[in-house]
Amino acid sequence: MLWYTGRRVLQMIPVFFGATFLIYFMVFSLPGDPIAALYGDRPPAPGVIEQIRAQYNLDKPLIQQYLIYIGNFFQGDLGTTYSGRPVSDVMAGAFPITFRLAMLALVFEAFAGIFVGLVAGLRKGKWFDASALVVSLLLISVPTFVLGFLFRLVFGVQLGWFRTTVSSEAPWGELILPALVLASVSFAYIVRLTRASVADNLNADFVRTATAKGLSRRRVVTVHVLRNSLVPVVTFLGVDLGSLMVGAIITEGIFNINGVGGTVYKAIVLGESTTVVSFIAVMVVIFVLANLLVDLLYAALDPRIRYAK
Amino acid sequence: MKRSRTGLSALALISVSALALAGCATSNDDEAPSAGDASAVVSTNGSEPQNPLIPTNTTETGGGKIATSIFAGLVSYNADGEIENEVAKSIESDDATNWTVTLNDGWTFTNDEPVTASSFVDAWNYGALFSNAQSASYFFDDIVGFDYEVDSELTGLKVVDDTTFTVELASPEADWPLRLGYTAFMPLPTAAYDDMAAFGENPVGNGPYMLDGEGAWVHEEKINLVTNPAYEGVRKPVNGGLEIKFYSTQDAAYADVQGGNLDVLDAVPDSAFETYEAEFGERSVNQAAAIFQGFNMPYYLEHWSGEEGQLRRAAISMSINREEITDVIFQGTRTPATDFTSPVIDGYSDQLEGAEVLEYNPKEAVKLWAKADAIAPYGDTTFDIAYNSDGGHQAWVDAVINSVVNTLGISATGKPYPTFAAALEDRSTNALTGGTRAGWQGDYPSLYNFLAPLYQTGAGSNYEDYTSEEFDSLLKEGAAAETVEDATAKYQAAQEVLLKDLPSIPLWYSNVNGVWADTVSDVVFGWDSVPMYYQITKD
Repeated sequence: MLWYTGRRVLQMIPVFFGATFLIYFMVFSLPGDPIAALYGDRPPAPGVIEQIRAQYNLDKPLIQQYLIYIGNFFQGDLGTTYSGRPVSDVMAGAFPITFRLAMLALVFEAFAGIFVGLVAGLRKGKWFDASALVVSLLLISVPTFVLGFLFRLVFGVQLGWFRTTVSSEAPWGELILPALVLASVSFAYIVRLTRASVADNLNADFVRTATAKGLSRRRVVTVHVLRNSLVPVVTFLGVDLGSLMVGAIITEGIFNINGVGGTVYKAIVLGESTTVVSFIAVMVVIFVLANLLVDLLYAALDPRIRYAK
Repeated sequence: MKRSRTGLSALALISVSALALAGCATSNDDEAPSAGDASAVVSTNGSEPQNPLIPTNTTETGGGKIATSIFAGLVSYNADGEIENEVAKSIESDDATNWTVTLNDGWTFTNDEPVTASSFVDAWNYGALFSNAQSASYFFDDIVGFDYEVDSELTGLKVVDDTTFTVELASPEADWPLRLGYTAFMPLPTAAYDDMAAFGENPVGNGPYMLDGEGAWVHEEKINLVTNPAYEGVRKPVNGGLEIKFYSTQDAAYADVQGGNLDVLDAVPDSAFETYEAEFGERSVNQAAAIFQGFNMPYYLEHWSGEEGQLRRAAISMSINREEITDVIFQGTRTPATDFTSPVIDGYSDQLEGAEVLEYNPKEAVKLWAKADAIAPYGDTTFDIAYNSDGGHQAWVDAVINSVVNTLGISATGKPYPTFAAALEDRSTNALTGGTRAGWQGDYPSLYNFLAPLYQTGAGSNYEDYTSEEFDSLLKEGAAAETVEDATAKYQAAQEVLLKDLPSIPLWYSNVNGVWADTVSDVVFGWDSVPMYYQITKD
């Protein structure tokens, strides 16, 4: 187990270098001069642009730029944005709020999704199951931004239950509405995954055996059915944690949350390699760790899976 | 120029629309405000400043509205764009070349340092110095001693005593004082030069507002300003301060006004164009602003130079139904263009000779196009207009293209670039295959500012390399004219040259579209689309 974990962590090293270089290369290849574009329709004096290009090493070839970046990276210096702010400051501003939002969304979609999915699976074909299927289908088909605008209009502007946007202090209460929007699609998938898996397992031999042994219905459902049904759901949640952390750009935009998605989008448009690559590096680590966690959870959920040598 | 780009990134082109002329609300400048709490903080929208708040490095709208609130220059602009003395007691010249600036006594920075002639002269020298790489450095290029290539002192600036300094310009400019309310010309305290980057984080100014202590600027989120008790200029605030919140989308800001979390919004999102006037009624504004929009046809393209190019430009211009597009696409939030400047600028005219080329006239358009075809047949070359697709331009470009197709029967298309940077690249390397969108937002309220940077031979933003001796010399005569009236006449004559040549095909002026909550009153928008914050009262 330990050996397995160690090997997985070591695999992060090539992934890290590969991903950062690729991203650096892609941002570098974006057409246009990012510095000239900073100033819109009126350029500053040409000498000014040249000096700023040199300041950000943009006058050097790609490989040299990348090596300078990586060299500084390992000395703990992530570089600065084109507005002169250290990228580490930008990260310290963006990651905590996105992380809190992602956690809230994850908790919501996991608990509500598994609960609804379990009940629907146990009452397959009944009205609850039918409505769960219809609602989840709706949530999957409606784009996130439509739901976001709708929630903001109804609960924010018309009913006034929530703030229309998240304030800069961002207390948990203000994050509930965006978290619900963010969780909606995944919630629907989890309902469907859990439902299918539960319905499947209800007919499995080990469930029949457990029932035949005289176990209570409650014990059969929680220990035997649910636990075995969670394997695909946990896989999904692991991948989803990654996307919630990096893919909340639309929701963040609607509720004016200064998080990871919006920051990276802005940096890509500006051609700010250092910011993009630094954020991506952290995201890569998050994805790899989330996947590792999922793999380890498999073993806990299903004793047949073992990671011995 | 204030960079005008916005969008999800707060950076797309054409921004933040803007506004103009005195708005609906009237204010009684001479009377004490009858209503309102003098300690109430007004919240308004903004965007993260592009750079630390150093005036000479602040040339975009996000930082600009903060810088003009915390600094006071020699003059400031009233809502109509006229200058009023602030720190200056007088700015005088006999020959429009040698200027004597006298300052009022008693002005101080918020760290109690007095504002003297050196506060201005040193700040301008800092902004102009080559190696300081300030984005507004070119604003000083008409002062003797300026150099674009090497470090050079502005020898044209001389401190006479604490309250007097003289300025020698390289050539006469009658309307030189007009630009002195622009951010680049603000004074700096001596403390700034010790560590300019740190100063930019926590700037110390002499304006109507000041930062609310260290850390008042929460990056990417907001900046908190409070009134400066020592300020005694013409912009004395009647409220307790400003909370400028940074929004990544105008749409979120609009929802915040609707939801009661924001008092004043100076940019209504496209999605609300149809509804905002019904919803906010008297608490909204829709007026022309100092923003000109058009598109340029480069001279290096086949068929677009010489007499043939001139005919084709006129034909294209007359084939566009500006009225209909501003009504249908923009819901009346643009005003069809009649010149190359803006209705909020003194000297704007809709009576220029040759302005009929900007009217929709399909018959004449077809005739001119045929005349050009007689010189050299256009064949089946596709006509295109380049734009950056991250700036919300697609709808109007498509509408203009449709107008052209329907009138002239040629094949035409919009040509999207993924980002502003990509579009600029092709524009500045002369690699366009057709026209390109072009826009301009005035830095200071002057005709000259709308003409010289864009159409003068070799000017910084003259990407399409337009050149006309007649235009250049009229511009020069205008700049050197002894009175503003003479100057205006010359600038108008210069525009009549442009109407013949059409280096840019004018489309419309952007309006400012603003709304405010019922918690505030006396909201008036300035010529530069920014609300006159100091006049706003809040209960």
